[in-house]
Amino acid sequence: MSDISFLLLAFFLLVSNINTDQGIARRLPPPLPPNQKDTPEVKERNIFVVKINSKDRLLFNGEVGDLHDLKDRAKEFLGNPTNDAKLPEKIDMDIPLLGSMKVSKGIISLQNDRGTSYDMYVAVQNELTAAINEMRNELSVDKFGKKYADLSTPQSEAIDQAIPIAISEAEPTKIGERK
Amino acid sequence: MAKFTGKNKKETPGLNMGSMSDIIFMLLFFFMTITTMRESSLYVTIKVPKATEVVKLEKKSLVSYINVGTPMQGEMQRKYGTESRIQLNDAISEVADIPLFVETEINQRVEADRPFVTMSIKADKDTKMGLISDIKQELRGAGAFKIFYNAAKGERK
Repeated sequence: MSDISFLLLAFFLLVSNINTDQGIARRLPPPLPPNQKDTPEVKERNIFVVKINSKDRLLFNGEVGDLHDLKDRAKEFLGNPTNDAKLPEKIDMDIPLLGSMKVSKGIISLQNDRGTSYDMYVAVQNELTAAINEMRNELSVDKFGKKYADLSTPQSEAIDQAIPIAISEAEPTKIGERK
Repeated sequence: MAKFTGKNKKETPGLNMGSMSDIIFMLLFFFMTITTMRESSLYVTIKVPKATEVVKLEKKSLVSYINVGTPMQGEMQRKYGTESRIQLNDAISEVADIPLFVETEINQRVEADRPFVTMSIKADKDTKMGLISDIKQELRGAGAFKIFYNAAKGERK
């Protein structure tokens, strides 16, 4: 009897794998309609440009930056707590459950090179997600007294609307591909 | 005195093996519940990057996988080289095969589930973004907008 169950156990151990699917979820933008050539103009103050070159080095708005600073820079940019004239504008929006909220018009523009490593790309996406998650958590604790992860679906949807994932990806550069 | 010396050697009683099968069965059920069947064998080596803000991939039945990595050592490398390649289902494929793959994957699902199909990009961390960008462009064109970058939970060095 135990031999049979041992055999079954060994069989299942071999053919199965423990579910370890974790990662970062993203939504791709729909393709541009063929007659539209350019994307709409966005004011300079509303854009935070993050570039990754083929050597995995970072550039924030034209200055050399470090991965460790990215989260704070992104938070400062998207939050604009001091209503700085150089940081993004905010528009008033009526959001169910939250009422009138000031929603940032800021967009993080992410551009990588074709030679950038996937590791670095995911690391940057991770830092940006961390910034958004922290801001959502802060707002959620402030408004509902709970962490974002513990909210009900309508509540988390309201928070998502107040702090959207505003990451836009530009066509990658091709410097790293030349050999 | 003989009364005391005679039975002084104590022997350890043998283990009762009757309950062993119960224990093994319990282990078996444990493993059966926490694991999933491997759907296809991988032909590419993948070491996913690390990230801290990972979320669990939900609704496994609505997920299709795009594996990207260097072909496995041995025969696969002789056949396909050492550059990063894409594996769709059971075959090493080209970027141009993605639209067809997306279409078949979407059509396999029931009508109501189709908008929620997620493409999980499971790529090796040393893959160049050029290939990933091409994949993303193809997915965009094919109408699969929900994507997922597979990553392991952990601090990046």
